[in-house]
Amino acid sequence: MSDEPFPLRPVESKLSLRGVRKSFGSTVVLDSIDLDVAEGDVITLIGASGSGKSTLLRCVNLLEPTDDGQVILDGVDIAEPGLDPDPIRRRIGMVFQSFNLFPHMSVVDNVAIGPRKVRGVDKSEARRAGLEMLTRLGLADRADAYPDQLSGGQQQRVAIARSLAMNPEVLLLDEITSALDPELVGEVLDVVRGLKAAGMTMLFATHEMAFAREISDRVCFLHQGRILEEGAPSQIFESPTEARTQAFLQRVIDAGRL
Amino acid sequence: MSDRSTRRERYERARRRRSVAIATISTIAVVGALVILVPLTPGWERVRQAFFDGDVFVETFPGLLSAFWLDVQILLWSTPFILIVSLLIALARNTRSPALFPLRAFAVIYTDVLRGIPVILLVFLIGFGVPALGLSRTWANPLIWGSVTLVLSYSAYTAEIIRAGIDAVHESQRAGARSLGMTSSQTMRSVVLPQAYRKIVPPMMNTFVSLQKDVALVSLIGPVEILRQAGIDKATYANFTPYVAASLIFLALTIPCTRLADWALARQRARTGATTIA
Repeated sequence: MSDEPFPLRPVESKLSLRGVRKSFGSTVVLDSIDLDVAEGDVITLIGASGSGKSTLLRCVNLLEPTDDGQVILDGVDIAEPGLDPDPIRRRIGMVFQSFNLFPHMSVVDNVAIGPRKVRGVDKSEARRAGLEMLTRLGLADRADAYPDQLSGGQQQRVAIARSLAMNPEVLLLDEITSALDPELVGEVLDVVRGLKAAGMTMLFATHEMAFAREISDRVCFLHQGRILEEGAPSQIFESPTEARTQAFLQRVIDAGRL
Repeated sequence: MSDRSTRRERYERARRRRSVAIATISTIAVVGALVILVPLTPGWERVRQAFFDGDVFVETFPGLLSAFWLDVQILLWSTPFILIVSLLIALARNTRSPALFPLRAFAVIYTDVLRGIPVILLVFLIGFGVPALGLSRTWANPLIWGSVTLVLSYSAYTAEIIRAGIDAVHESQRAGARSLGMTSSQTMRSVVLPQAYRKIVPPMMNTFVSLQKDVALVSLIGPVEILRQAGIDKATYANFTPYVAASLIFLALTIPCTRLADWALARQRARTGATTIA
């Protein structure tokens, strides 16, 4: 035990973005994004469609190359050009709005394919671990079904299981309930609650404002590729300081979504 | 059952009966007209003797059938090579790395050139050209170069089908696989190609049916397969019936394959949920 009043090392973020920029042609999608995510943090990104939430997530997991700036994972800039993205992506899970499950594989194969191909786990062991993961998410009885035989909510839970099977250090959730029927949203959000309780570090782009308010450690409001306002959920949702944030939340309230 | 649904059923049944009746009557009318009208043409008697001579048919048919075995053999050994070469060409065209530019360029030129030349010309060019290089006897075999021609030509077509199949797999599938940390070649092998294969079965089957017929072009450089045998028989008997017999033999192979291709296409339509609008 140290007698020091302060920790010896500064608390380092698990993931930091520094001045991240991204344009598609002449359209600026991300305009100098700075963001810090500590281990175990749940950060939600809110904002209108086209504000850059998805692109930000895709830049973090290197599905989109950044034009400028740093994406620092455990102190290493992973946006450095020329870095092999594959070993980095193994550490960062991503769940997509449209699930992106592999339709030609059974549910358990979807979950097992990552460990099998990427980590070289043998087939039966990967299947066993996959079944265990599906059991955790209440999907054990659908293990041998194919994705198109499942409801949207089940498919999205399989997609989460597929990501978790790789044991990611950070999980990126890209509007994971936006393609679901309203009555199926709850089961997916329950999984996210469970992950938060288990201490998973998450970066979560969402339109589910009530849920963002409930689960976030911090909320970032994105507007035209910038983080216009960032703060605790109570601050962002109850007393936003930026006029744009207020206007956005007002529109959400008017639509009956908050 | 509600009154409404029984009425609907009755209506549907009446409609179906009506369609069947119309189809039957129109078929009888057309076939009847052909059977009655064609024999009335002034040249029919000569055509019947020249093309539909029963004796010639019976005498030449066994020989044609055994000659057809060579066509089937060419087909069987060419097909795997076509699949392999066309997959390689398709993958080459899909590469992105600048270092592989020559490979990509080769694939583009290959498909452009080989699809742009009639198969019959390629058979002549390769079938006569390559052996003229003074190859040893075993390698001067026209069967080899005929088959090579078919492989080269058909690979160009099927490469384009495979490439279209690869492109038809949605980008989000790649994103899903890459986000797990799979490399681009693992993604191609485990995620993209298995889905592409399912999409391309119907067009591949159609191409396979064309190949079954184009195998006969190999006869132009020597091998006595069915077309050449029919030509020999035609000269021997001074009668065209062997050509009709050969056509029937081809149909016995191509029609089942065509039906199978249609069935595969229909099944795919049903699976992807595409419906036919009446």
